Amino acid sequence: MNENLKFIQGNEVCVEAALYTGLDFFAGYPITPSTEIMEHMAKRLPKIGGKFLQMEDEIASLCAIIGASLTGHKVMTATSGPGFSLMQEALGYAIVAEIPCVIVNVQRGGSSTGIPTHVGQGDVMQARWGTHGDHAIIVMTASNHQDVFAITVDAFNMAETYRTPVILLFDEVVGHMRERIFIPKKGEISLVERLRTSVKRGVDFHPYLPREDGRLPISDFGGVHRYNVTGLVHDMWGFPSDNPKIAYGLVRHLVDKIQNNTDKIARYKEYYLEDAKTILISYGSAARSALHVVENRRGRGEKLGLLELQTLWPFPHSLVQEKCADAKYVVVVEMNTGQILQSVKICVDRPERVFLANRIDGVFITPTDIRNILRLIEGKGV
Amino acid sequence: MAIKDYIRERFFPHIWCPGCGHGMVLNGLLRAIEKIGLDKNEIVMVSGIGCSARISGYVDFHTMHTIHGRALAFATGIKMSRPELKLIVPMGDGDALAIGGNHFIHAARRNMDMTAIVINNRVYGMTGGQFSPLSGYGTMSTTSPYSNIDHAFDVVELSVAAGASFVGRTTTYHAQQMADILGQAIIHKGFSVVEIMSQCPTYFGRKNRLGSAIDMLEHFKENTTPIGSKAKQKNPDLIERGIFVQKKIPEYCDEYKKIIERAVKD
Amino acid sequence: MDEPKLKEHVINRDWCKGCGICVHFCPKKVLELDDGDKAFAKRPEDCICCKLCEFMCPDLAIEIISSRGTARRAPTKGLL
Repeated sequence: MNENLKFIQGNEVCVEAALYTGLDFFAGYPITPSTEIMEHMAKRLPKIGGKFLQMEDEIASLCAIIGASLTGHKVMTATSGPGFSLMQEALGYAIVAEIPCVIVNVQRGGSSTGIPTHVGQGDVMQARWGTHGDHAIIVMTASNHQDVFAITVDAFNMAETYRTPVILLFDEVVGHMRERIFIPKKGEISLVERLRTSVKRGVDFHPYLPREDGRLPISDFGGVHRYNVTGLVHDMWGFPSDNPKIAYGLVRHLVDKIQNNTDKIARYKEYYLEDAKTILISYGSAARSALHVVENRRGRGEKLGLLELQTLWPFPHSLVQEKCADAKYVVVVEMNTGQILQSVKICVDRPERVFLANRIDGVFITPTDIRNILRLIEGKGV
Repeated sequence: MAIKDYIRERFFPHIWCPGCGHGMVLNGLLRAIEKIGLDKNEIVMVSGIGCSARISGYVDFHTMHTIHGRALAFATGIKMSRPELKLIVPMGDGDALAIGGNHFIHAARRNMDMTAIVINNRVYGMTGGQFSPLSGYGTMSTTSPYSNIDHAFDVVELSVAAGASFVGRTTTYHAQQMADILGQAIIHKGFSVVEIMSQCPTYFGRKNRLGSAIDMLEHFKENTTPIGSKAKQKNPDLIERGIFVQKKIPEYCDEYKKIIERAVKD
Repeated sequence: MDEPKLKEHVINRDWCKGCGICVHFCPKKVLELDDGDKAFAKRPEDCICCKLCEFMCPDLAIEIISSRGTARRAPTKGLL
């Protein structure tokens, strides 16, 4: 039997993928439904000489991995809604200080402490705007284990490329479900490593002066260059400044480095879109039910298609616009009150033709739920 | 090396008010580091938010100015990932013990090798003089205009209870003792806490009619005493200065090395 | 042991904020504040090079240069 073939939970797949990228530092705090990630990390990391920390809360967990990232390590933490709320402050710090890290949010049902062992996708807007102030963010997700692996690797690559935190917005179904997965061989997926400065010891190093291509080479903390890191608006040396030009330049840099690369960051999958008259747009575990409906209806000759988004933010505006150009109906399938629906409506020419198929009761959305909405849209009654 | 070689001179004069204790702590800390002879490249200073946190901008080490109360959590990540670095974490009393109280006690419990300096001026200075967890009952501040009914706690007792393996206390008046205790704390292998009673003449002093910075320093001289002194027996209200705890217990990064060895064999 | 001899009080006027701590705590009353509220050595001949002013200055504005050792020398034990 192929030793790379496994039948494991999504949370464990995420761990395998993170280790595949060379992650060697993890800090976390137990919280359902993400805890298996930290349990596997606790077991796996010391075996490869990596470091695992169980911190006093989620705030400290994110702070700790930011510190470790600064010394040159690939780092990650994992949590669920309540813990993700606690992380928002340090998330903003990592964005402004431009420190690569990956934050996994295995979404649970409901807001507040919600329904911890059930599913939901209610953190989509929080992932986008949870931390205060103007900023851009990369948020990715996946619907099956093979994709969880690929997207997790991608998340680490993007964190390094853009020197920014990347959020993996999985959900309880993907996290807990067991499914077959082939772990790719070493080298099969290319990895992006930390871009370190070539400035030699004793030569003036500007830690916050991006290169012409927009990338920002780093000098590991504890290395030959001593510099300052702060969450305050800072100049190219990393020192606080309230100069309006510098403040403007920093916000533009932080937003533009991500927004201007929306097309490069966009990950998606499409099924039967070429001639689709009704397009389902979905993501995460909800996309599994959406795909089931599409394949089922295609079997009956109906022109349904699915656009599965894997990058949620920056929202792939032009992609959605282009794919939905000829659609009669667009149905957004998600497990919240319409958090991606709003973005889709902004993209399409006829927002009145965009509908929502959702569940918000902690129960996984089924193909039947989606079919019922389709019947309503098509005027066939319930 | 002179202590001027450890600072980023271009940012001086610093932002602190005339007579502020933070500059005196910076002064003492640099002399301690100079005496030990640490290389600038092996020191990482992590600070939070507040007047105290600005210390990190003035020193020519690897410096990280983080978010309010979380400096120890960031420092934990840095130390764990690069145990050979020397971590120094200056914090104010509100920073360390109100918003950062949870991180503080757990860092003490974990016993990771780093030096936490609590610069206790009993007030939130940066925001303009609100009472802090160490202001104490009966003190005045902008948010206790009719007198404070919050009780303070004792940083030393808290640190001891939380398991810090080095606990010391001094004041800004006792400049020599300050440098000495800070030096021993930095050398100590494990989590060290040094409380430095400090003056904020601008807010705490003014609101509580304690006079100038000089008067406040005189107050430290008169109201503190070395640990176990005869004076303390006569006057139990005196606050003790010195090293309360200095014990050798397993350090976290050393222990984790053993975990790695165990896991690799497994 | 020889007593250290004072060479110079180096006082950085740009850094001094005139808090008067050095003036007040100098055991020999060597220092005073000038009209611009900056510390200066009024009676340098009385200085015993204890460096208390240097160690206590919140502004890192004072350095005592003495004939034996410089600022890096540890002060007399039991000074405070």
